[in-house]
Amino acid sequence: MRQLCKGNVAVIKGAILAGCRAYYGYPITPASEIAEAAALYIPQVGGTFLQAESEVAAINMVYGAAAAGVRVMTASSGPGLSLMQEGISYLAGSELPCVIVDVVRGGPGLGNIAPEQSDYFAMVKGGGHGNYRNIVLAPASVQEMADLTVLAFELSDKYRNPAIVLADGFIGQMMEPLDLEYREVVLPDKPWAVKGTPETRANLINSIYLEPDELEEHQREMEAKYMRAHVETRHELYQTEDAEVLLVGFGIVSRVLRSAVETLRQDGVKAGLFRPVTLWPFPSEVLAEEAAKVQKVIVVELSNGQMVEDVRLALDGKVPVEFYGRVGGNVPSVEELHAQVMERIASLV
Amino acid sequence: MADESKNAVVEPVVSNNGYEVIHSKSSLFYDLYERKSELKHQTHYCPGCGHGVAHKLIAEALQELGVQDKTIFVSPVGCSVFAYYYFDVGNVQVPHGRAPASATGIKRACPDKIVISYQGDGDLAAIGTAEIIHAANRGEKITVFFVNNAIYGMTGGQMAPTTLVGQKSTTSPWGRRPVNEGFPLHMAELISTLEAPVYVERVALSDNKNIMKARRAIKKALENQCNGVGFSFVEILSPCPTIWGKDPVEARRWVLEAMVPTFPLNVFRDHKPEMPVNNAPPQRPVPDVLEITPVEGAHGAVAGKHAHHFKNFTIKVAGFGGQGVLLLGQLFTEMGMREGLEVSWLPSYGPEMRSGSAHCHVCLSKERIGSPLISHPDALIAMNEISLRKFAPQVAPGGLILYNRDTLPADFALPPGVRAICIPASEMADKLGSTKVTNIIMMGALLEETECLSPGTAMGVIEDKVKKVALLETNRKALAAGREFIDHQVRIAVTQPDGFAE
Repeated sequence: MRQLCKGNVAVIKGAILAGCRAYYGYPITPASEIAEAAALYIPQVGGTFLQAESEVAAINMVYGAAAAGVRVMTASSGPGLSLMQEGISYLAGSELPCVIVDVVRGGPGLGNIAPEQSDYFAMVKGGGHGNYRNIVLAPASVQEMADLTVLAFELSDKYRNPAIVLADGFIGQMMEPLDLEYREVVLPDKPWAVKGTPETRANLINSIYLEPDELEEHQREMEAKYMRAHVETRHELYQTEDAEVLLVGFGIVSRVLRSAVETLRQDGVKAGLFRPVTLWPFPSEVLAEEAAKVQKVIVVELSNGQMVEDVRLALDGKVPVEFYGRVGGNVPSVEELHAQVMERIASLV
Repeated sequence: MADESKNAVVEPVVSNNGYEVIHSKSSLFYDLYERKSELKHQTHYCPGCGHGVAHKLIAEALQELGVQDKTIFVSPVGCSVFAYYYFDVGNVQVPHGRAPASATGIKRACPDKIVISYQGDGDLAAIGTAEIIHAANRGEKITVFFVNNAIYGMTGGQMAPTTLVGQKSTTSPWGRRPVNEGFPLHMAELISTLEAPVYVERVALSDNKNIMKARRAIKKALENQCNGVGFSFVEILSPCPTIWGKDPVEARRWVLEAMVPTFPLNVFRDHKPEMPVNNAPPQRPVPDVLEITPVEGAHGAVAGKHAHHFKNFTIKVAGFGGQGVLLLGQLFTEMGMREGLEVSWLPSYGPEMRSGSAHCHVCLSKERIGSPLISHPDALIAMNEISLRKFAPQVAPGGLILYNRDTLPADFALPPGVRAICIPASEMADKLGSTKVTNIIMMGALLEETECLSPGTAMGVIEDKVKKVALLETNRKALAAGREFIDHQVRIAVTQPDGFAE
């Protein structure tokens, strides 16, 4: 049955379906409804909700719960994620699975609470210290806020690594129909966890390796794991079959671009949309295949150009890439993107 | 030498008077410290370091309590970082200062296990001050051992929050000066001001008598956890001969003679606080909590009953906060969903709302919705003049404005191709007995004027949301009033040009 649901609330509904029974977090606009939904729902299904004293404490509570082998999550927005970065590095270094939701707002500093996608570098490229990766999923609808949260838990456990759901203020705040199906969750066995049992007594969760060779070996194993994770790329295509110009955007931007593809086609421009669903691993190969068929790629982001770097790396100079970004919490309208695309393809026609 | 030490593990000896003489290493310790890269038979602690004694007392207490298999030891950063080399229990190494937070996550995941947070002074009283205070304040049912040696040992002798006044360190080379660095932090006293902790004691590893007191305190703090009574905290004044530049004997004496006057030994708390009655949340099946299960008696989907004359229909609702602006948008969205349409609702949020104005975008569509942002709404419901002036220019040609007043402002120019209907909805709502139904009057008007959604669906949604019978009746009247106003309005509009009534 479809229910009208807010994006932020859908995150928790998805988390509960995924078997998450532990949430530690700290309020921040525009992510607070996630904590509020967690406080309302998770204790009713026998789980733990705790409002931590800070994002720093929250991520370390997540670390503890993850070490004990339970599915656990937190959520915040830019400034809170900055505070969590040390903990995320530790989680990655200790190979602990967890889900972290970033409902991105305007930055840097206190910025504002309107949507941006300017945490792309911080989430996709790391943000904390050391060599590690986050698995990063970018929902573009309320339904995906739930579905990708479920997927985030699965991938996080599969690769024993933090998984980030990178949303933005609009996707978090908007309401859309949400269709959920209840199913029993089979939680994965975690023989490595520290559970206070005879079987797990010998287990150790840590990220410290004093000997350079040991730390190098640890990192090589993590690298190998990250290489394996490349099979997890996901993307969405719209009207790309005969496209001559390929628009690339994720999250809320992909929604506006989708509408722009329609208006552009009404004006005779063969536009198509490539939407990365996984930002890490980035769907580079399929993007390169799609881009090879067009004359120009135009990347649109709510940032001053972050994902565009990954697009350029994927295309390796073979296709011209242009960028259009809005920042400060401004989300471009369909008409604005339509005009921007027209301007950038003028030379092609 | 190494071989000799390897064989140092000996069986307990029973003395003539029947007491067990402990010369053996506790079974809580690994026989060999294989997680160390070298010298696997000895600790990384310096000769005379208090950590060795503290470890021994904790290990023996855990052994006596018989909880080795259910113990989880949390070691953060500092000399305590390598506790996992020694304790043969589940081990979790955590970031600097965060052990109480991580221990919270572990204990909440494993409530019947024994979770120990073992922290130094820089860890607990500097970088981790917030975490320890809040874990204590929540009364986490964990045991915290706070090893206070008034210095940063691991990093080579920098000033700690517990460094004594006048004590030299590499970062207080002229001695700690309160005028610059403040005074030493008294953590046991600080924590004992909180309501939740059940046990707070400070002990010293200065001499045998005090070590025996420390032994009792450590065991008690662990026993408390075994009994599930609450947060226990033992501050252990501990010698650091290497960094202090003293030999082990001098260092022990310094604990007693220099540290104890600043950090008096005491039982600061030993009672169970009275916890207010716990309003436990109701336990419900997941499908019910997630609203997957249809609510009994609810109206639900009504697809197919209403013929939609549009492919896309977009509505912007705007007004003051408190006028039910966001709710009205949600109701349209819910109705659209029940009628089988694709829908989206996007609000303004945050400070903008707090400063008094709010608006939302509603998209109703027969197709998957791209942008949920509306640049040019088909209909604008302007609940106040500010909203009218701000959003009217955006209304699509052929679009409609419903304005919550009996007339448009005198100086207001309607955008070309846009119609406006003025409805004194606030006044009408007052007459119905509740200003709150202003938005429902506007809803009735929009439905009647545009036929975008069915009034029947509207009543279904309202009935599902409004549980009070009297209020439901007011809403019903409001919806009808809005519709009737339009009927009336249309007649006037038609009769006006030529002066004849139809």
